[in-house]
Amino acid sequence: MEFSGKAHKFGNDVNTDYIISGKYKFKTLDMKELARHVMEDLDPDFYEKVTAGDFIVGGANFGCGSSREQAPLAIKYADVGAVLAKSFARIFYRNAINTGLPVVECDTDLIDQGDELKVDLSAGVIENKTKGTNIPIKPLPGVMIKILNDGGLAAHFRKYRGFNFD
Amino acid sequence: MGQTIIEKILTKHCGHEARANEIVVAQVDYVMGQDGTSPLAINAFHEMDGQSIFDSSKVAFVIDHSAPSPNEGVSALHKLMREFSQEKGFHLYDIGEGVCHQLIPESGEVGPGSLVIGADSHTCTYGALNAFSTGVGSTDLAGGLISGKMWFKVPETIKFVCDGTLPPGVFSKDLILYLIGDVTADGATYMAAEYTGEAITAMSQEARFTIANMAVEMGAKAGLMDADEKTFDWLCRFTDRKFTPVTADADAVYAQVREYDVSKLEPQVAKPHQVDNVAPLSEIAGKPVQQAVLGTCTNGRLEDLRIAAGILNGRKIHPGVRFIVAPASRQVLLDAMAEGIIQTLVEAGAALVTAGCGPCVGTHNGIPSDGETVISTANRNFKGRMGNSKAEIYLASPATVAASALTGEFTDPREFIK
Repeated sequence: MEFSGKAHKFGNDVNTDYIISGKYKFKTLDMKELARHVMEDLDPDFYEKVTAGDFIVGGANFGCGSSREQAPLAIKYADVGAVLAKSFARIFYRNAINTGLPVVECDTDLIDQGDELKVDLSAGVIENKTKGTNIPIKPLPGVMIKILNDGGLAAHFRKYRGFNFD
Repeated sequence: MGQTIIEKILTKHCGHEARANEIVVAQVDYVMGQDGTSPLAINAFHEMDGQSIFDSSKVAFVIDHSAPSPNEGVSALHKLMREFSQEKGFHLYDIGEGVCHQLIPESGEVGPGSLVIGADSHTCTYGALNAFSTGVGSTDLAGGLISGKMWFKVPETIKFVCDGTLPPGVFSKDLILYLIGDVTADGATYMAAEYTGEAITAMSQEARFTIANMAVEMGAKAGLMDADEKTFDWLCRFTDRKFTPVTADADAVYAQVREYDVSKLEPQVAKPHQVDNVAPLSEIAGKPVQQAVLGTCTNGRLEDLRIAAGILNGRKIHPGVRFIVAPASRQVLLDAMAEGIIQTLVEAGAALVTAGCGPCVGTHNGIPSDGETVISTANRNFKGRMGNSKAEIYLASPATVAASALTGEFTDPREFIK
């Protein structure tokens, strides 16, 4: 999988309340509607600024807080190509893979706001086109690669009628 | 080489020896979803071509986060949950019964050695009962509902040894805030925590739930404790089921062992807008407060209400403060009524709201206004958490919340505890 777009930088500890506030997520299952409010408490204009395929670039502990799967879904439905961070909180990480939002662990200090990036998941590398540098990606655990390749956990279950990692 | 508590519980549930960093697929003993996460899980269930629930006696939905419904959007999702649980034949706890993390322990279905997944990040609460319980998202929940299984990376464990005696007026909430401040919001990410030592042993079972509840605020997958007489005394009120305690081996391998002496601990607060932004209360004493919240899955149990009532007994809250009380469950409410605690709190000026998550998640029941300061017994103080990103939320113990409601400013509860 390969994605190209612009970096939108955020700090450490971006929690799922910031990604999509509780005041919206309890009301609807319409993810396109939720996507309009993605990252709103950190950047009220974020949804307007994003072009399809752009990247959210966080620091450490991205996605901490509640287990709401609306968080990765709202990011995905805002047409963000992938989330890059130094580290992810574990429930968000699982939810992203389960719902097919690519999440990439890497050294995001090497990326600045607005940098043009090309993320190549299969090659395990990010090309920072603005800076002319390459950033290595920490590989996903095998189980997660399997779920991603199957098209998310729902598709995995349709295929195997349960968990199958053999 | 010995095993930690979580390695032992996972070993028992996956059928072979589980060691840190391995991937295992384990049987689960109980599966829970709440109204913020279950509707998406129902979607995922259908997307997975799910037909039936693996065991309807081991599953529950809880309507607690926006209960009673504040608008028609939420009402539609609640209806979806009710219809799904009826169709599949499993139990749904409806509005007013309480917060999921109080109701599941009260159900008697979970105890020492159990393995539980819940679509709520604070599912780690049942670690106080010596269970491995952890939060998952909606798609994982759907997978659990269908298969009765879940995959896990067996976590490494950080052991927190808390020795010494908590001083009067200093509570388990102060201790867990202090530990989170020390280890930071991602200090235990991908890991389990074991809480042990004299101070944990001396705590009531209810106080222990507060510690386990906040394990996720240090990034942990679970927050486990040993089971002892207090654990079984608490459980036997709700079930006569026999559970076998799970203890760590003496030669278990830990990622870290952190030792603390709690004897000089002061009341603590988590300042805006992060749970690990912790300071002694004395640092902000005297700062005005407009709203005080007592309740939630962290601190809405009988003992918490009793501590607050002890401070407020015969007194009136400050006229500039709105004091919102949400008991953790209907059972807690009934017990507190029988003990006269509710009478005391309401006479002091409390606004009593439905047993449930109340104002913690920003959907209803007390959304603060711009520029206001809230002191709450909840577990999260993120910007906008309570529904307004221009308000500031501080987290503290029930005693500190009650004392601050009384004076209208951040107040050390030890002034009122003799």
